[in-house]
Amino acid sequence: MTVQRVSYTLESSLDSVNKAEEEATKIATRSGFDEDEVGRISMAVREATVNAVLHGNHYDTSKRVSLSFENTGNELIITVQDQGPGLDPTGVADPLAPENLLKQSGRGIFLIRAFMDDVQFRNLEPGTEIKLIKRVHATTSDHKEASQ
Amino acid sequence: MTMKASSRQVNGVTVIDLSGRITLGEGSVVLRDTIRDAVAAGNKKILLNLGDVTYIDSSGIGELVSGFTSVRNQGGELKLLNLTKKVHDLLQITKLYTVFDVKDDEATAIASFK
Repeated sequence: MTVQRVSYTLESSLDSVNKAEEEATKIATRSGFDEDEVGRISMAVREATVNAVLHGNHYDTSKRVSLSFENTGNELIITVQDQGPGLDPTGVADPLAPENLLKQSGRGIFLIRAFMDDVQFRNLEPGTEIKLIKRVHATTSDHKEASQ
Repeated sequence: MTMKASSRQVNGVTVIDLSGRITLGEGSVVLRDTIRDAVAAGNKKILLNLGDVTYIDSSGIGELVSGFTSVRNQGGELKLLNLTKKVHDLLQITKLYTVFDVKDDEATAIASFK
């Protein structure tokens, strides 16, 4: 399987969040993941894009979100970059802690980590990159690869 | 698909039937406004029917939690009815399944309100 890569530059808007989720659903499906895994991947991408648009770029129309999908054959690697002030993932409170359980926000990164096999953050100075990695299981690796 | 909400009264309980997606933006706002309006009208027994909710993100979960705490702070109760597998799994992962009183039968849910 050859590496397939597709990338997008998105505005800092809610429409971009929906587009990112839709593309993740299409590409994860084409990569051979089952329906449940597609749902988890698309939600992780949605949450990462929400973070980029809302917490990174603060809906600033002059700033963009970069989104890319790469299928290496063994892994689906999704990268979301914003142009915000940067994020320290170690500073995010544990949403499962009793004192945080009833807080309204703070579950996005937790869900991303729960749904993906590996999650990596990188400070772009300025901006943040989050890399979401899902391994393609043996039973799905022979499926048709992404055509884009 | 956008979120839709409609309310009905059953034996003193406000049942809010929700359908569609509860996500950042319109879906979360509709849920917030619907619960707020119900409480403002003096309804303190609220049952959210999530049977036709196809998707919920972290913002939607946050609105459920916010609605739960705001109703409880007013001396009322907010319960959940008919979770789809996706929503059930999300509440399990986030440890909220034990926080909410979750029912799968409307008559039983109605009868459970004090």
